[in-house]
Amino acid sequence: MRAIRSLLSWLRSLVRRERVEQEIDAELQFHLEQEAAERVAAGQSAAEAQEAALRALGSVAYAKDGCRDSLGLRLADGLRQDLRHTVRTLLRQPGFALVVILSLALGIGGNTAVFQLINSVRLRTLPVPNPEEIVSVHVAGGHRGLGLSSGFNADLTFALWERIRENQAFSGVFAWGDAPLLLGSGADAEMIDGLWVSGELFSVLRLSPARGRLLSTADDQRGCGTGGAVLGYSYWQRHFGGDEAIVGRTLSLIGRPVTIIGVAPKGFFGLEVGKSFDVALPICAEAAWGTSADRRDVWWLTVMGRLKPGWTVAGASAHLNALSPGIFEATVPQGYSRWSDDTYKQLRLKTTPASNGASRLRQSYDTPLWLLLAMTGIVLLVACVNLANLMLARATARQREIAVRIAIGASRRRVVFQFLTEGMVLSILGGALGVGLSSALSRGLVALLDTEGEPILIDVSTDWRVLAFSTGVAIATCLIFALIPAIRALGGQPLAALKDGGRGATRGRDAFSFHRLLVASQIALSLILLTGALLFVRSFRNLATLDAGFRRHDIVFMSAGYQGLNLPPDKRQTYQQRLVQEIQSVPGVSSAALTSHIPLANASWTLAIHVPNARGEEVGDSKFTYVSPGYFGTMDVPFVSGRDFNSFDRADTARVAIVNEAFVRRYIRATSPIGARLRTVAEPGNPSTVYDVIGVVKDTKYGNLREATPATTFVPSTQNPDRRPNAVMAIHSSVAPDALVSDLRRRVKESHPDMLVRFRVFERQIQDGLSRERLMAWLAGFFGVVAAVLAVIGLYGLLSYIVQRRNHEIGIRVALGATRSSVALLVLRQTGLLVLAGLSVGLPVCLVTGRAASSLLFGLSPTDVPTLMAAASVLAAIAAGASLAPAWRAARIDPLKALREE
Amino acid sequence: MGKPTDLVQGMLDLLILKTLSVEAKHGWAIAKRIQQVSKEILQVQQGSLYPALYRLERQGWIKAEWRATDTGRQAKFYALTRSGRRRLEHELGNWDRLSSAINLVLRTN
Repeated sequence: MRAIRSLLSWLRSLVRRERVEQEIDAELQFHLEQEAAERVAAGQSAAEAQEAALRALGSVAYAKDGCRDSLGLRLADGLRQDLRHTVRTLLRQPGFALVVILSLALGIGGNTAVFQLINSVRLRTLPVPNPEEIVSVHVAGGHRGLGLSSGFNADLTFALWERIRENQAFSGVFAWGDAPLLLGSGADAEMIDGLWVSGELFSVLRLSPARGRLLSTADDQRGCGTGGAVLGYSYWQRHFGGDEAIVGRTLSLIGRPVTIIGVAPKGFFGLEVGKSFDVALPICAEAAWGTSADRRDVWWLTVMGRLKPGWTVAGASAHLNALSPGIFEATVPQGYSRWSDDTYKQLRLKTTPASNGASRLRQSYDTPLWLLLAMTGIVLLVACVNLANLMLARATARQREIAVRIAIGASRRRVVFQFLTEGMVLSILGGALGVGLSSALSRGLVALLDTEGEPILIDVSTDWRVLAFSTGVAIATCLIFALIPAIRALGGQPLAALKDGGRGATRGRDAFSFHRLLVASQIALSLILLTGALLFVRSFRNLATLDAGFRRHDIVFMSAGYQGLNLPPDKRQTYQQRLVQEIQSVPGVSSAALTSHIPLANASWTLAIHVPNARGEEVGDSKFTYVSPGYFGTMDVPFVSGRDFNSFDRADTARVAIVNEAFVRRYIRATSPIGARLRTVAEPGNPSTVYDVIGVVKDTKYGNLREATPATTFVPSTQNPDRRPNAVMAIHSSVAPDALVSDLRRRVKESHPDMLVRFRVFERQIQDGLSRERLMAWLAGFFGVVAAVLAVIGLYGLLSYIVQRRNHEIGIRVALGATRSSVALLVLRQTGLLVLAGLSVGLPVCLVTGRAASSLLFGLSPTDVPTLMAAASVLAAIAAGASLAPAWRAARIDPLKALREE
Repeated sequence: MGKPTDLVQGMLDLLILKTLSVEAKHGWAIAKRIQQVSKEILQVQQGSLYPALYRLERQGWIKAEWRATDTGRQAKFYALTRSGRRRLEHELGNWDRLSSAINLVLRTN
């Protein structure tokens, strides 16, 4: 309380400074008058009394200073003086100020930008009331590959959701899942991000509609047809221009009309950070398009809830765990093997905190973002060291001034304060500029990550966390680059500094040792970044140029949905074959074939198999892909042995299969795999089947480029038990893919107006799949170069400075007969020692820090020797280059001139 | 009578608080009062009086107010605040203990 009052009175006296001064004057004047008046009363003359009073009272200035001190105004006066001094010095050297402020702005801006991303992906909570109560329910350890999974936000089945709903641990619980929907009709249909949401979602999250109403439990009842749609706020703005009369309009979603009932509140993007939902439909409406709700083996929902007051995450988790045996016992999917059933019954539920929502972005970008923050931090550190060196050189130049000030009584604290004031002014200016820059930088980063297939929508706005972070960074940088020189400047003895003629030569080598230490540490730091840069660039190259086993260029995948035709299942095969022939006849198309799997799209179709071989029977699983004849030719996958499928492999002929080399290695191992047999384990809709192997193809990458090729079985598409009215075609053409896509789109629109189609250019899809690697390669490369450049600037600056300060000494050496080359060598030896010192510290650090990046590297280890050597030699080479100019300058010193400068 | 005794800071604070405990006074009156009561032994210099007053005011033990004196001249009057009064009592207690302790040491043979 007293501290606050005292602070307030201090501030008051600061603000009303003039008034305070006047009052002190008036008060002292009054005192003087009283003193004089007393003497007059005692019989002295007025003039005598006045003089005597003045004498009695002593120094007025001294009294006033004492008063100011009591009011704490002296401190403020000092600060004001320092500020004025700083501004004056900086204005006198605008170049210096500009360099410092700009490098700080870039450094702090870069750090803030990366932190903004981390903040919005990782730290920020969901935009709903009391987000800390939100938890999500998972199967502990995942669902072990049982059944079918629809993608990312797919932790639970509908049957499990129904059981969890009745649970006691939550004050409210809801389910949701991703619903990739096609909006519109025919070839113009576009993919939008839909959500299946249970009726409880909006009320449990305590959201209110922006327009119309939100979905409630009454909307989410079995047999609700297509239900009603709630639009996402940004989608409503983007696609309907914020149309006020939106409620009651209909959308055509995958060929069915759905009525819009309302718009979600602004800022609610769904529950996954990095995505933004366009349309939310009740879970019951899924039955209008699919069968997921009726199947106990389809994982497609995520369950979240609000904890009851007084419940903890651990408590809820234990509660669910205890109930798990009953829940899983009651929901066993039918039609699976005994082993599957047993595995299923062993599953257990658990809860985890979900106050900041779900995010696949968080999963894949967590390590990269922290690494990026470390990189930008190191770049800032290297920049700071440069600034410290610069300030140090200035401080050395001012050593005489400081010595004089200390000699005539300035306190050391006062001198340090002045340096810190200068540093603070610079870093506040740099920091403010940096925060301004950071928004643009972080938006640029998001744009680098954004891909056509997976748009990223995150809010990277500046909040208190970001501001606190950048303030902290600014203060830390100020301490590094201002405090170090201040302490160094004080270290010298005032007497020595005054005696030294300002040349600095007489104090010998020691004068530069601290500069040297700073530059060597810069070299060590930039070695770390340069090594990281080379690792990431090489890793990206490894992936980008990897032989995936198939053609990457000039391939387009076309997905077609023809449920609008209402064809009976037995007619669909022939329809699909006609479709393939139609596409094949398009000019420019060299070949086309059906496939059930688009490679490198992180999709997967696995069946358990038994393979009898020489040593009995192998049990395991294999990926299954259903293709039409010509698929391997289209994708340019070579045969190792055997034959391709042909038109005689039909639904009613013998079951045949082509396997890849990985399959042969794992299961068959015989010299001639042709004729081997494999039997699949039954699954719902997939009865146990025995296939004869008729061919072997080379290995190809499956779900993504990083994974090793799994055992894969190819089956003729005519023998695919799945008869849904969808077809995916791989098309190879001699026409540029984009031109082909627009041509095909036009043709499909004319001849199949009811068909929903989607095109994917394979090459672009592969590139998008590498966006994380590309980002790391780009940014690590950029930061590595920046750090190296900064370190070299630091080295160049130091060498130039040393040559300048040792001008006199070198002059004497030359006068005494030193050759030009020996003088130049003097400088180059400095470089050699500095680089050696920097590298010998940096290399071991690289070996340790490299481990942090190992999970992100492909095809090389973080301690890859050639990479380390390359980074070290690049640094050494540019360091040598940077020291040539100072060496040349030293070699050309004219002894006569240098000595005359006495 | 020798040279007027210089006062240490803490003691001056105590004397000021005590002097103000009867009624509000301006700076000159405070100095005069201390001088008189101490029979001219304690001399308070303005160079230490006013800084002490400002310090005490900042700590909230006294408060200041400009008003007219008996002769109609404007002067800054200082008065004890409630926390100042508590402070005075506390300090007086301290002083009693300290002075009797010092006396004990000095007078005991």
